[in-house]
Amino acid sequence: MAEPIRITTPLSADFARKLRAGDSVLITGDIYTARDAAHKRMIEALDRGERLPIDMRDQVIYYVGPSPAKPGQPIGSAGPTTSGRMDAYTPRMLAEGLRGMIGKGYRSAEVVEAMKKHGAVYFAATGGAAALIARAVKGYEVVAYQDLGAEAFAKMTVEDFPAIVVIDSEGRNYYEEGQKQYRRL
Amino acid sequence: MRTVEAGQITAAVAKLAIDANYYLAEDIFGALKNGQNTEESPLGREIFGQLVTNACIAREQDMPICQDTGMAVVFMEIGQDVRIVGGDLETAVNAGVAEGYTGGYLRKSVVDDPVFIRRNTGDNTPAILHIAIVPGDKIKITLAPKGFGSENMSALKMFPPSAGVAGIKKFAVDTVSAAGSNPCPPIVIGMGIGGTMEKAALLAKKALTRPISERNANPEYAKLETEILELVNKTGVGPQGLGGTVTALAVNIEYFPTHIAGMPVAININCHATRHAEIEI
Repeated sequence: MAEPIRITTPLSADFARKLRAGDSVLITGDIYTARDAAHKRMIEALDRGERLPIDMRDQVIYYVGPSPAKPGQPIGSAGPTTSGRMDAYTPRMLAEGLRGMIGKGYRSAEVVEAMKKHGAVYFAATGGAAALIARAVKGYEVVAYQDLGAEAFAKMTVEDFPAIVVIDSEGRNYYEEGQKQYRRL
Repeated sequence: MRTVEAGQITAAVAKLAIDANYYLAEDIFGALKNGQNTEESPLGREIFGQLVTNACIAREQDMPICQDTGMAVVFMEIGQDVRIVGGDLETAVNAGVAEGYTGGYLRKSVVDDPVFIRRNTGDNTPAILHIAIVPGDKIKITLAPKGFGSENMSALKMFPPSAGVAGIKKFAVDTVSAAGSNPCPPIVIGMGIGGTMEKAALLAKKALTRPISERNANPEYAKLETEILELVNKTGVGPQGLGGTVTALAVNIEYFPTHIAGMPVAININCHATRHAEIEI
């Protein structure tokens, strides 16, 4: 395994373009958490002509609904959720300047096209490695939609968060490439 | 007739919810450690390493293995010589789920209405409760938290009998291939074959509570489990869907008599965090 590439957020378009499907990365800085319910609200806000809770330009969203924090800890377990559920909302978010997404699982053709158009990157975190990932989380602060509980839109401060580039800004897909290599049917 | 206090059931369910979510069972942990050696993909081996480390952190720090602490699926075998006193059974079980999920800092992932309101119930109730009345004067409770990354990838098909073994194998390979990275492979595959539609689904769920080191007692079904495992591990899906030779850790099949005209087959996929805990009262 090659040494992981260190990334700090916000993630610039230039840096994003250098990342290649299959690269291992360690992410440090502030990222934002949102799942289906928060995405739905953000798109509804855009529809009403309102602003999003933050300026999305060069930001990274992590698809996660953490388990509750025990006293004295920033967060509970915090692994990725299935990204495909966000596909319907994602092209709009990318048009707002969103640069990176962290989740698990496949994305739709529409999402990949929008990623190529806007120069965005999709990272996979290890699904179910939620206690391990929690160690990389240094801070968690709800920014909007507090009533959604674990699904709230929050700022998450991370240090050396481990992930893999699965779809790069040119649309190369490591799920497809990796699976093809080992398919023996 | 032996009496059991409803409060005992509540306390047992609360403990099971926490234990199942914090402490990965030995059979699964062993399979993850094994994967570090058997997986051919270097990236896949690294993922196995992460999963082993993750299970150790969860155990040492008493925290959930996965943030999706699931819907609480509860299987109860109640001896017919037991009388439950001091409250009704369903309320007692749900009180245990609420207590365990709240006290154990587990995520509450249940909404009250599946289509319209989708409001979080706030305490992870209700449980999905399956009750069987059995001989004896004991109560056996198995709690299996079920995450939905994998539940959403499950499938059921009503086959004609002529589909046979070939039909079952193809269905398994197609379901696992289509699921790909979504259910957090390496997965455990529970299959229910026979019965009626709902019986097959229930058998598939129940199959997931059997240790993965144990094969079906019927040698023909044991062989089918092994053959399906070999096939799905040739799909190339691999750990996390990033490519590899260990897509599934095990295939567990349960079967039941069925109608002359049919062969129901249910596939319930579980992630590598296949969690369940048991207790006898």
